[in-house]
Amino acid sequence: MYAVEMHGITKQFKNVLANSNVELMVKRGEIHSLLGENGAGKSTLMNILYGMYAPTSGQVVVQGKPVVIENPLKAIELGIAMVHQHFMLIEPLTVAENVVLGYEPKKHGCFDMKKAVEEVNTLADQYGLHVDARQKVEELSVGTKQRVEILKALYRKADILILDEPTAVLTPQEVSDLFRVLRKLRESGKTIIIITHKLKETLELADTVTVLRKGQVIASLPVTEQMDQAQLAELMVGRIVSLETEKQPVPGEHEVVMALRGAVVTRDKRNVLDDISLEIRAGEILGIAGVEGNGQTELIDVLTGLQRLSGGAVVLQGKQLPAGRITPRSMLAAGVGHIPEDRGKRGFVGGFTIAENIVLGYHRNQPFARHGLINRKARDEFADRVARQYDVRMDSIQDTVGSLSGGNQQKVIIGRVFAQDPKVIIAAQPTRGVDIGAIEYIHGELVKMRDAGKAVLLISADLDELMRLSDKIAVLYDGRIVDRRDASEYDERTLGALMTGHTPDSVEKEVKQA
Amino acid sequence: MTQQKRISLEKLTQNTTFLSAIALILSLLVSGVVMMIAGYSPIEGYSAMFTGAFGSVDNLAQTLGTATPLIFAGLAMAFAARGGMFNIGIEGQIIAGAFPAALVGAYLQGLPWFVHIPLCFLAGMIGGGLWAMLAGFLKNKLRVSEVILTIMLNYVAQYLAEYLANYQFKAEGMLVRTETIQPSAALPALIPYSRLTTGIFVALAFAVFVWWFLSRTTPGYQMRAIAQNPYAAEAGGVNIARMNLLTMFLSGALAGMGGAVEVMGVHGYFIVNMTSGYGFDGVAIAVMGNNTPLGTVISALIFGALRAGSTSMNRMTSIPGEFIQVLQALVILFVSTPGIVRAMLRKRNFKKNDQKKGA
Repeated sequence: MYAVEMHGITKQFKNVLANSNVELMVKRGEIHSLLGENGAGKSTLMNILYGMYAPTSGQVVVQGKPVVIENPLKAIELGIAMVHQHFMLIEPLTVAENVVLGYEPKKHGCFDMKKAVEEVNTLADQYGLHVDARQKVEELSVGTKQRVEILKALYRKADILILDEPTAVLTPQEVSDLFRVLRKLRESGKTIIIITHKLKETLELADTVTVLRKGQVIASLPVTEQMDQAQLAELMVGRIVSLETEKQPVPGEHEVVMALRGAVVTRDKRNVLDDISLEIRAGEILGIAGVEGNGQTELIDVLTGLQRLSGGAVVLQGKQLPAGRITPRSMLAAGVGHIPEDRGKRGFVGGFTIAENIVLGYHRNQPFARHGLINRKARDEFADRVARQYDVRMDSIQDTVGSLSGGNQQKVIIGRVFAQDPKVIIAAQPTRGVDIGAIEYIHGELVKMRDAGKAVLLISADLDELMRLSDKIAVLYDGRIVDRRDASEYDERTLGALMTGHTPDSVEKEVKQA
Repeated sequence: MTQQKRISLEKLTQNTTFLSAIALILSLLVSGVVMMIAGYSPIEGYSAMFTGAFGSVDNLAQTLGTATPLIFAGLAMAFAARGGMFNIGIEGQIIAGAFPAALVGAYLQGLPWFVHIPLCFLAGMIGGGLWAMLAGFLKNKLRVSEVILTIMLNYVAQYLAEYLANYQFKAEGMLVRTETIQPSAALPALIPYSRLTTGIFVALAFAVFVWWFLSRTTPGYQMRAIAQNPYAAEAGGVNIARMNLLTMFLSGALAGMGGAVEVMGVHGYFIVNMTSGYGFDGVAIAVMGNNTPLGTVISALIFGALRAGSTSMNRMTSIPGEFIQVLQALVILFVSTPGIVRAMLRKRNFKKNDQKKGA
C-alpha cells in the first residue's frame, strides 16, 4: 500500500535539528507534495531517503520492507531515484550517453551506442518525454535537461521518483509539460514525491500533501477541491499570510528617470542584447518577463555598469552617460540601486559581517569612511538601524551574512539599497529562494519604494510576482524586447507564449481561436 | 558526556590556531619517524635543535634574527592572500627590495642615520613593490594567472640581480656582492655579532600596520571583499584590476622590506643567494599563521627557531640540516589539509570510546 514509510526520522546536524521525529507515509502510485519553506527540512528528509545522509534516528520502510539506505547506490537498487535541482548531467555527452551512464548496454564488452539510443527512445516514447537521444546535453533547454534527468531515473528502473523543486527553473509551458509527464508516470504506477514551496503547484498536481515546518510535520492531508492556497500557506508559515499585494496607481506625472536607447551588447559575434530601448519611470514598476538566458543578466549588468555597451546609450535623468565612463561605482553614485539576481554571487560577501555588507558599494561614503579610514562606530550604528528597519533576523550585526537564511540575506541587500535613497532600483529576482513571509515583506517594500516615486525595474522568473507587482511589462526574448504593454493586459498564458518565442500576432490568433 | 566531548572536539578542529598547532606537532612527529627510518636518533636531533634555537642568549638571538626576514616574507604572502592574490614571487621581491636598498645604503653618503635608514627602507619597498606590481600589471593585461607570473619573475629577479652584482655594481674582491653600505644605513645589532637587529622591531611594526590596514581602511576592506567574493566586490563598485595592483604593490613592498632589513642588518651589502629561500618559507609561514598578521608573526618565530635549530643540529649531530625542509613541507601539508588532522583526531576518539565500551 505504501511505497515509502519514514518513521520517527530525526536528523541532527552540528547545531541544527533538521528533522525532528518526522513521519512520512507515501502511498504507492500517488504524487506526494512535500511542502515547506526553505530550511523546513524537506531536502534533508529526501536526502535521507536517497541515502545521502544517515538519519540520527528513525526507520525507513520501502515497499513494505524495513531498509537501511547507506548511499545513493542502495537507494537506486531499491528503485528510488532523485532529480536534483541542479542537474547532474555531463554536458558534452549525448542524451543517450547520459541516460545509460553506469548501466551501459554492451556489445563484445564495448559500449553499444546504437542500443543505448534505441532504449532511450523507447523509454521516452513510452512516457511522452520528447528528447533527441543523439543530441548533446549542452545544447538542450533547461526543461529538456530535466526530462533527461527523469529518463535517467526511469532507465534505472526507479519506481519512486523524488523531484527537488522541479519547477523552479521552468517556463509556464515547461511546467505544464512536466505536469503532464508526471501524471502519466503516476498512471503507469510510479510513485512521485515533489519537494516544493509552491502552493499552486501542490494544489494542481498532488494527491497528498505533507507540510513541514522547522523540521517537524505539521500536517499530512489529501489534496481536495476545497483546499486553498491561504490554508496551505498558513500551515507552512504558521500564521496567516497575505498573498496579495495592495497596490494603487501612483498619481501624477511619471517622468523617465533612466532609459536605454538602442542598447546592444555583442558577445562572440552574437547580439545578446539587441537594440533594446526601454524607459524606467518614477512611481512605476517596469517588469521584465523572459526565460532566463534571454538577455536578463546583460540587461541588469548594463544598467548597473557591470557591462559595457557595444552600441546604443544609457540615459539617466535626461542625460546620456558617456559610454566609456560607466562603471559600477559611477552607477551607484548616480543613485542606481542594485538588487542582484544571484545574491550569493553578486549580492554579498558571505564571510563579511552584516555591518560590512550593508555598506558594500557605499563603503567609501561618509560617514562610513573618511579619507580611506573606516569609521566603524558610524557604520555599525547605521547598519544596526537598517538591519532592524528591514527586519533582518539576527543576533548581532557582527554575524556573518553567510550564516543567515536566504530571506534574511536578501533583506540585508534590500536594506542596503533602499537605505541609500536611490532614484532607480534594479531589482532582479528579489524573492528567489526566499520564504513566503519574507516574500510578502519584500513585495510590500518594493511597492512602497514605487509609491515614494522611485523608478523600479523588476526582473523576475516568477510570473505571479511580475504580474502582481508590475505596472508595465516588457517581454525579453533572445536579447530583444518582443512585446510591451500595461501589466493588466497580460495573462499568464500570453506571457508564457511570448517568453518562448511566439510572436504577439500568433499569440493573439491562438487566444481568439480558443 | 561523550556527546559533549565530541562537540567540543569538533569545535576545536574548526579552530585554525588549534589546527596549526596540531599540524606542527604532527610534522615534528612524522619527521622524527623519518629521521628514525634514516637511521638517526630523533631525540638527539630534536634536542640539538632545541638547544640551537633557545639554548643560550646567542642562540635565541639567532632565532629572532632569522625570524625577522621571515616575518616580512610571511606578511607579504598573507597580505596578498587576504587581497585575493597568490603571490608566490616573494623570493624575487625580496631580491628586488634588497638590491636597491643596498645601493642606496652604499652610494648615498653623508646622511644622518634617521634619514638614511628610512631612505633605504623606501628603496627596498619600492623595488619589491614594483617588482610584484609588474606581475599584477601583466595579469590584468594578459589575463595570465599571477601564480605563474610571480614564479617566473623570481628567476628574472634572481639572475638580473646576480648580473648587476657581477658587473655594474660589483665590489672589490672574490664575492659576488655590492659595495658595503654606509654606517649610517646599518641597523644596529641588539646582541653584538648576532643577526638580531632593530629590524625585528620594524618587522613587528609592519605586522601591526598590516592588521590596521586590512581591518581599518577602505582599501583593506575592498581587498578582503575581492578575496572572498570578487563578483560582489565588483557589483559594489570596487575596481578589481586597480585593487589587485595595489595588493601586489604592498605585498611586494613588505617582501622588499625583508630584503632591505637583511641587507642593512645582517650582510651590509647585497650578495647573491642571500635570500636562501625566505620567500618560499613565507608561503608556509602565512599558511600556518592562517594569513593573519599575529599568526604570521608567531609562525615566523617558530620557523626562525627551526632554521636556527637546524643549523646547530647540522653542526652538533650527524643529522643533515635538510631535515628541516622535510619538516616544513609536512607543516604545509598538514595545515593545508585540515581534513587529515580531523580524521586522525576522530579516529583516536573512536578508539577511546571503543576501549571504554570494552571495559
